[in-house]
Amino acid sequence: MKYGIAFCVLFFTLISCNKDDGGGKYTATPLNLKIPAFFEENILPPIIPEDNPMSVEGVALGKKLFFDPILSANNTQSCADCHTPQTGFSDSRQFSIGIDGTAGTRNSMPLHNVAWNYDGKFFWDGRAGSLENQIFEPVTNPIEMANTWPNAVASLQNSTEYPTLFEDAFGTTTIDSTMVSKAIAQFMRTLITANSRFDKFQRGEIELTPSEANGLNVFLDESRGDCFHCHGNPLNPLWTDNIFHNNGLDQFFVDKGLSNVTGDPRDDGKFKTPSLRNLAFTAPYMHDGRFETLDDVINHYSEGLVYSETIDPLMKAVGDGGVQLSEEDKADLKAFLLSLSDPSFINNPDFQN
Amino acid sequence: MKKIALSLFVALAIVSCKKSDDDATPQNVTVDFNFTHNWDGDAIENADFDVIQYTNAHGETLSLSKLVYLISDVTFTNANGEVFDAGDYTLIDVKEGELTFTPEIEIPEGTYTVSFTFGFDDEDNNMNHQDLNSADGGWNVPLILGGGYHYMRMEGKYLSAASPNEVNYQYHTIRAVDRDAQGTIITLTDTSFVVNLGQVTIGSTTNIEVKMNVAEWFKNPNTWDLTQLYQMLMPNYDAQIMMKGNGSNGVFSKGTVTQ
Repeated sequence: MKYGIAFCVLFFTLISCNKDDGGGKYTATPLNLKIPAFFEENILPPIIPEDNPMSVEGVALGKKLFFDPILSANNTQSCADCHTPQTGFSDSRQFSIGIDGTAGTRNSMPLHNVAWNYDGKFFWDGRAGSLENQIFEPVTNPIEMANTWPNAVASLQNSTEYPTLFEDAFGTTTIDSTMVSKAIAQFMRTLITANSRFDKFQRGEIELTPSEANGLNVFLDESRGDCFHCHGNPLNPLWTDNIFHNNGLDQFFVDKGLSNVTGDPRDDGKFKTPSLRNLAFTAPYMHDGRFETLDDVINHYSEGLVYSETIDPLMKAVGDGGVQLSEEDKADLKAFLLSLSDPSFINNPDFQN
Repeated sequence: MKKIALSLFVALAIVSCKKSDDDATPQNVTVDFNFTHNWDGDAIENADFDVIQYTNAHGETLSLSKLVYLISDVTFTNANGEVFDAGDYTLIDVKEGELTFTPEIEIPEGTYTVSFTFGFDDEDNNMNHQDLNSADGGWNVPLILGGGYHYMRMEGKYLSAASPNEVNYQYHTIRAVDRDAQGTIITLTDTSFVVNLGQVTIGSTTNIEVKMNVAEWFKNPNTWDLTQLYQMLMPNYDAQIMMKGNGSNGVFSKGTVTQ
């Protein structure tokens, strides 16, 4: 008996040295993100919140929710309607159209490699503080899905399939909006693109064309493109700084961007730098989709810069409209930019409905 | 015997749950650094950014929009010449208020000569740093500009008598690179420099203020003509050498040391 008590004391003492993070909680099948080797070697690991670990069941549920119009008020619109795989999870329309036909005011942001958004600010103006938080908004936005979360959750709860799928992913058939956002976030974190021509070049599998190679030099050359200070460089495979800049689009701002969130007039006209990956599929460009082609974008930085008080100091030769690239450099820069597009991403069966 | 062994085991298990905090041996300590910034004595805070309010030695008035720089190899050298160097590094981001650094090294209390490196020396610069590659969209420098890492990104706008319209400037410091007309790198020169803060007595809790006088980057020994040297400075070998000259001449100093 004494030994029994002593063993009990020993057992509980040892147990008390560790946090009890099991507690009989349900655990779905863990899923490790397939992190490209080049990412692993050169940048920090992806951001996976402790309270939303990746799981096989969570990702499957998130994918189903992403493509299902059930979250919208009238069951007509899914996330994928404005973030279609074939457009790099963006929208080929300048402004996406909500369930009642109303157009938004910003171009749909492409979705990829979102797990590496280290600052955790999402949307063109950074108003969401995490991927999970970002997912809450389109459901209730009156010009998007125009639903309420209680209604969306009720629709899911009353379906024949979803309660079981939520139980598989989260261990309960009682659905709530937090679990919806977590599941969709898990799926979105799997949207990894890292197999463009340039990625293959980085892996030593192919050579760049002379035009692409010169385009890279234009991109990196401070006296020509100097694109890298905002859009990264070959050691940063994200091709964005995920920071907010005024890139000289307008003298006055209809949409103030970041300052709508921060309230700081110094942030007027600043929008998040988009990644340069998959540009072949994600037209139109800029936060308001004003440029239909990549040529338009390059011409903007070359000759079309417009001064405003908050224009980013990285914009060069603003008084002259830009850096005045030669036609050859423009063509080569475009060739390089297109080398960052990854057809295998938009055709990946794991990312299709 | 079994009882004794079991009791000892239980006692050890309980003790193992607690850190020993009553050891009589003097504990080694960490040292905190706090970086403050001024323009010839006027403190620079977040609210001072993006306002054209500073006049440099050459006469241009300018603003700061970004001021981020790299500090590495904080080193403590005691009277016996014994060197303690954590070998780690940090980015100081003035506008974002990221102004503190505690090197990951514990040293015995005592008096030390304290120094750090502005930027990276070649040894650190030639390594691959995942955290820096991930910072600011890539704190690293493209290979065609010599590779390695930025030491500082100071950016803003300036006005001059000759140019009444605001002009953007990018005062970026890196390892100096000299390239030929074809872009082939001929020379790479390490432009990092050691800042000696002098002697500091390190106690159980010590915080060392490091002051940066931003005006000095434009002042001495090279009076910086911002109208000529305002952009494309990374591939400008001579400009990088001049920046090192100014940076290592009065930009940094030791401020208040608190115990």
